[in-house]
Amino acid sequence: MVEGWDAVTLARAQFAFTMSFHIIFPAFSIGLASYLAVLEALWLWTGREVFINLFHYWLKIFAVAFGMGVVSGIVMSYQFGTNWSAFSDKTGPVIGPLMAYEVLTAFFLEAGFLGVMLFGLNRVGPRLHFLATLMVAIGTLISAFWILSSNSWMQTPTGYAINASGQFVAADWLKVIFNPSFPYRLVHMVLAAYLTTALVVGAVGAYHLLRDQHLAGPRVMFSMAMWMATFVAPIQILAGDQHGLNTLEHQPVKIMAMEGHFQSHKDGAPLILFGWPNQTAGRVDYAVEIPKLGSVILKHSPTAPMDGLDTVPRENWPPVPITFWSFRIMVGLGFLMMGLGLLSAWMRWRGQLYSSRFLHAFAMLMGPAGFIAVLAGWITTETGRQPFTVYGLLRTADSASPLAAPAVGSSLLAFVIVYFAVFTAGVIYLLRLMAAPPHPGEPGPPRDVPARAAGITPAAAAAAAEGAR
Amino acid sequence: MSVTVDLATVWAFIIAFAVFVYVVMDGFDLGLGILFPLFPKKADRDVIMNSVAPVWDGNETWLVLGGGGLMAAFPLAYAVLMPALYTPVIAMLVGLIFRGVAFEFRWRTQRERNRWDIAFFGGSLLAALAQGVALGAILQGVQVEARQYAGGWWDWLTPFSVLTGISLVVGYTLLGATWLVMKTEGALRDKAYQLSWVLLFAMLGAIGAVSIATPFLSLQYTERWFTWPNIILTAPVPIAVAGVTVLLLRSLANKYDYQPFFLTLVLFFLSYAGLGISMYPYIVPQSITIWEAASPANSQIFMLVGVAILIPLILAYTGWSYWVFRGKVRPGSGYH
Repeated sequence: MVEGWDAVTLARAQFAFTMSFHIIFPAFSIGLASYLAVLEALWLWTGREVFINLFHYWLKIFAVAFGMGVVSGIVMSYQFGTNWSAFSDKTGPVIGPLMAYEVLTAFFLEAGFLGVMLFGLNRVGPRLHFLATLMVAIGTLISAFWILSSNSWMQTPTGYAINASGQFVAADWLKVIFNPSFPYRLVHMVLAAYLTTALVVGAVGAYHLLRDQHLAGPRVMFSMAMWMATFVAPIQILAGDQHGLNTLEHQPVKIMAMEGHFQSHKDGAPLILFGWPNQTAGRVDYAVEIPKLGSVILKHSPTAPMDGLDTVPRENWPPVPITFWSFRIMVGLGFLMMGLGLLSAWMRWRGQLYSSRFLHAFAMLMGPAGFIAVLAGWITTETGRQPFTVYGLLRTADSASPLAAPAVGSSLLAFVIVYFAVFTAGVIYLLRLMAAPPHPGEPGPPRDVPARAAGITPAAAAAAAEGAR
Repeated sequence: MSVTVDLATVWAFIIAFAVFVYVVMDGFDLGLGILFPLFPKKADRDVIMNSVAPVWDGNETWLVLGGGGLMAAFPLAYAVLMPALYTPVIAMLVGLIFRGVAFEFRWRTQRERNRWDIAFFGGSLLAALAQGVALGAILQGVQVEARQYAGGWWDWLTPFSVLTGISLVVGYTLLGATWLVMKTEGALRDKAYQLSWVLLFAMLGAIGAVSIATPFLSLQYTERWFTWPNIILTAPVPIAVAGVTVLLLRSLANKYDYQPFFLTLVLFFLSYAGLGISMYPYIVPQSITIWEAASPANSQIFMLVGVAILIPLILAYTGWSYWVFRGKVRPGSGYH
């Protein structure tokens, strides 16, 4: 499997593999943490039992997903050093502090309050417990802030200088943190996390509604999820478009790869819908294209000239086929999500939100769409940045550790085996949890204890907390 | 220049602090995993797991801070040490994956529970052993050329690193046993007492062996510990170890609840201080000092602001979480 690959290629494969597994869990837990906070707030506000049942139902799922996110994340934080030591030495003074701030402001906040969120409702009472849930949700968002800031800095580096040892150092921290692509990437990613979660929640709701339209829990979660799809999917498409324009300004070569623009177009570029980018020949084979539309989308004028990859030295080309296709997968799924949102709005207006089997089947099919879109989006942006780790400044080939290929190959193999063993089991457990509908008196994360003494309204839990003191 | 010197030293202490807090918090946690096979009853295992389930995630965050902080404050050291410790670090990560997911997975299945109990044990043991081996590998020094690690990928494996690996496993297991003494009751607690005796003697043997072996690694360590006037500073460490040992034996004999665990932590602190005395001011022994590895002052100051404000806050809410789940863990009463 790995013979004939050099150490750098193996290290890249390892990063891509471990990152792809990892990103699924934060994308889900960012959205789910916020959803849990909303559910608990609704419970405290209305006192309706259905909200605390849903809260406990999704809390169990959150606990499993969060645990997998933590362990796959620890791997990421050490991988910079093990496989990318030259990169770490050179960029450590700039992105190291950003990641240290992520640990200090986000990871500790999440971890510190997670225990209370999972197991503490009857020990601290509903108000403090809600505070814990809120802290975990805020922690996930702060985490997104810092990690996307450091990723964005690698894409669009600003505010830096280079010292005598050849290291990047910060000249202006505000310019480092709020680099040009960061605001766009942050909005795009957080919306993606919310959409991903909404699609999972919607799919689980739809699955149970297909069996029984009258279940209270699935009705509430399906309705909430479809509101999200209706409003957030169009906003996300808009945000993505803005992010694309920002990329055109700061990383034009990435856009050329995404669009398959090998050739320059002096009087308006076409929009290539489909085709097979031929990297060696420098053209898109079997292209299906709409003339001038590429310039309309990117420059808002049908005759605006657009440079192609023919203006870029070949050694600076990103792998075009991957960038081109992953981008199309992401966009296609984005429009399907908007379709689901619009259809659900129509059905809601006609009073068929809980009875349309077609809508439920569609929502179920779209359950994993958020994850696939997130992965495709990340592949687009990370592959499109190649062959650099710090865009235009530090080449990927100059970033790797001085390791022999067998070392990197063995660790890659170890991660592949371990991840498939562990995460397959985890996904099965998650699906098993989702396959059971939420029911009245839904318990929290189980610890093999007798039935809960405290009940299902805020007042009862508060009384139990009083009793515990 | 003097500002830089001060900053690098401050950061060396911050990183050392983060790593020590990690050892304090995750040590017993890993130790519990290593003890799992000795407690085959499901009810006992549930209690053991429940005694750390609410806090294990926070405990491991200190490890991320240690790694992330090292990259930020001493990027050169991070860049040299990680490839040098390649295999132990990967092994540790794999171990942490298995034991970390076991916390949730073992409650999600009846049929495969035993599998995740084994994962919890194996992962904990592997992580502890790898951390100890990594420590030994750092102490014995690594080959550096032109800001990069220049050795092979098996250089870390020596009798010394195996010794430190076993020693840390023993130490963590003692922490786990004394934690159980503190957090449990009845037969489970009695068994933890007996184990604590055995493990304490094993740990004293390990401390002795590592202390004797370390000065043989390099002349620098010998001079640091045994030459006048350094000996005025270094002699109190072994004397304190002897004193704490006496207290620890007494607390076990008297069957105290809290003392054995906290005195074991003091023993860990003294051993850790001894390591610090051996290494300072090198961050990669014999090749890179903390000043050579340091980030520019503006990176270190930028983070220092955050550390000064946030670490006390983190300790406060982590303490609150431990407080919420204080006291003995009883079978059945759990967390609901």
